[in-house]
Amino acid sequence: MKRRDFLKNTMVVIAGASVPLSALEFIDPKEVLAANPQLHWAFLINTYTCVGCGFCVKACKTENDVPFEANVSRTWVERYVYTKDDRRYVDSPKSALYGFTESKIDLGPALGFKEIDPDNVGKAFFVPKLCNHCETPACTQVCPVRATYKTDDGVVLVDRSWCIGCGYCVMACPYGARYFHPVENVVDKCTFCYHRITKGLETACVNACPFGARKMCNIRDINDPVTQIILNDRVGVLKDDFGTNPQAFYIGLASEVR
Amino acid sequence: MVEHAMHVHGELWTVKELFVLPNEYIYWSIQIVMYPFMTGLVAGAFVLSSLYHVFGVKQLKEIARFSLVFSFALLPVAMMPLLMHLAQPLRGIHVMMTPHFTSAISAFGIVFMTYAFIVASEIWFEYRKYFVLTTQALAAQPDKGTIDTLRMHMFKVLTLGAMDISNEAIQKDHNAVKKLATLGIPVACFLHGYAGFIFGSVKANALWMTPLMPVIFICSAVVSGIALCILCYVVTMELRKFMAKRKMSRWSRDPDAPTVEQLESAEKQEISIASNYLLYFMIAAITLEILDLIFRGYTQMKSWDILREVIMERDFNKIFIMQYTIGNALPFLLMVLPGRTVRRTTLATILVIFGVFMMRWNVVIGGQAFSLSFSGFMHYHLPFLPTSWETFREGFFGAASVMVTPFVIFWFLNKIVPAFLKEEEVH
Repeated sequence: MKRRDFLKNTMVVIAGASVPLSALEFIDPKEVLAANPQLHWAFLINTYTCVGCGFCVKACKTENDVPFEANVSRTWVERYVYTKDDRRYVDSPKSALYGFTESKIDLGPALGFKEIDPDNVGKAFFVPKLCNHCETPACTQVCPVRATYKTDDGVVLVDRSWCIGCGYCVMACPYGARYFHPVENVVDKCTFCYHRITKGLETACVNACPFGARKMCNIRDINDPVTQIILNDRVGVLKDDFGTNPQAFYIGLASEVR
Repeated sequence: MVEHAMHVHGELWTVKELFVLPNEYIYWSIQIVMYPFMTGLVAGAFVLSSLYHVFGVKQLKEIARFSLVFSFALLPVAMMPLLMHLAQPLRGIHVMMTPHFTSAISAFGIVFMTYAFIVASEIWFEYRKYFVLTTQALAAQPDKGTIDTLRMHMFKVLTLGAMDISNEAIQKDHNAVKKLATLGIPVACFLHGYAGFIFGSVKANALWMTPLMPVIFICSAVVSGIALCILCYVVTMELRKFMAKRKMSRWSRDPDAPTVEQLESAEKQEISIASNYLLYFMIAAITLEILDLIFRGYTQMKSWDILREVIMERDFNKIFIMQYTIGNALPFLLMVLPGRTVRRTTLATILVIFGVFMMRWNVVIGGQAFSLSFSGFMHYHLPFLPTSWETFREGFFGAASVMVTPFVIFWFLNKIVPAFLKEEEVH
């Protein structure tokens, strides 16, 4: 065989063989599972049944070691009051840690409290809030060191040993779910009580709610009764125009709730 | 229940009004105002030096070298506010070790190092002849003291063994400087433009989110950089004139040292050309900023209600009086009115630098002046006395130390790479 022919044939063989070989990909079982996971956590909040007792906040702070005296919280409850003369008041004193025992509205330290004439109240309701564990989170995208990330089962977590504390994720979150932990001095947020749900337990807040206003489910399991509510009822999410695809769904969400 | 005062990060300087979400505080405070301000000065100083090296604006020869050295002195300070801002400053290196490239901040280390490398090499080529001449002069000195021996060794190391100062070799240096300066312009713009991207891409923030942000940042960066270079150039020239008059320093006793008149005419010429460039970039920066404001007002998106209240009412003085009037309109008039003098230009540059600082303030602090709920406001109170590490690093003194550092570095750097060279030392 001439050298020219040898080189020519070699090239043909290599080119020919590489086509079918490239069709074969390494299959990582983890990747396949992640593409179609059996488990994806979601949250359901019923704003009709929440009474603003604040048990959820208390339970959360206790369970997750967020000091009571720190003015930050993984979950909180907001009170909305609309007067008949078309004014809107919102507050969440101490994140509703001690519940809404006061009828006065908290307007912040600069303006104090405001009493509203009960006869003038048009409608009023409570809205519990927590991290939405978005499908496409803005917070994990901006972390410069990937200290915050999304697990395969859909929960957004923070690695406390790796967070540099730049606060970019805090800025990026449209829901105000993140803050600096006063003791750990790194960013902290709701974890859906990951240490509990992965052991088959409920989250602390779901467990503490006396009225069933908070529920969790596996949104991939269509037989799950809570999943069925999300699939069949009219539910809303917060600020969907940010394209974050929140995984916390609300029953009875008013458009003014942001 | 007994409660102890426990301040969470941000609580010390944030006052809330009406409904603000419980976890919302002004997390990005004075150091994040300093960050774009300082990187802006770096980028601007470099662009000014490149005007001479790349575009051959001969009249800027002296201020160009000055700006190059000054830009290098500013460089380490660009990351200082970032480090001081971190809640875990010792982990700052993680950004280099495990960068997460979907984040705008993660590229900082890479862009910053690239830029530092370019500026350092450019300075080396620019000063190689000076290093060689100084080494030779020191070596020729008969009875050297310890300091001069040390200096000789230091300069010898700085030459990196390239002792050839023939015309061809110097021409090669010159070409290298030109190439590096050309490469440096896009990198400098990138370094700063992407500081703008860091803000402009935060979709949760109604004030920040605009694609114009990087461009606005680059223009105002160049403005502030040129202004600071002019200001520092004037200050050093005045000092030199003062010394030349009284023959106070070693160089001024040299028989062929520049006279006061020579220094004055050089100063006048350089300032006149540099301030023209300052005006051009000011026009671009103001146009873009006003365009952004008008566009927001005209389109009246959901966020406009609260933005209007912040911009037109609560921050009116900071934006329209301090930033636009004192920081833009007034210096603009000072520079365009006929009979411009060095003194008037100097006053204008001080106002311009102040204006750019206020612009950074109004973007960073103003962007956090309203709640994500659009139903409340946050007021920022800069901590003054450093009562704790937190109030130092995020307070007045932390910011002041960032502000002062480049001048300290410049003073030391000037001993090694003097911003002013004699005619025969220039390549």
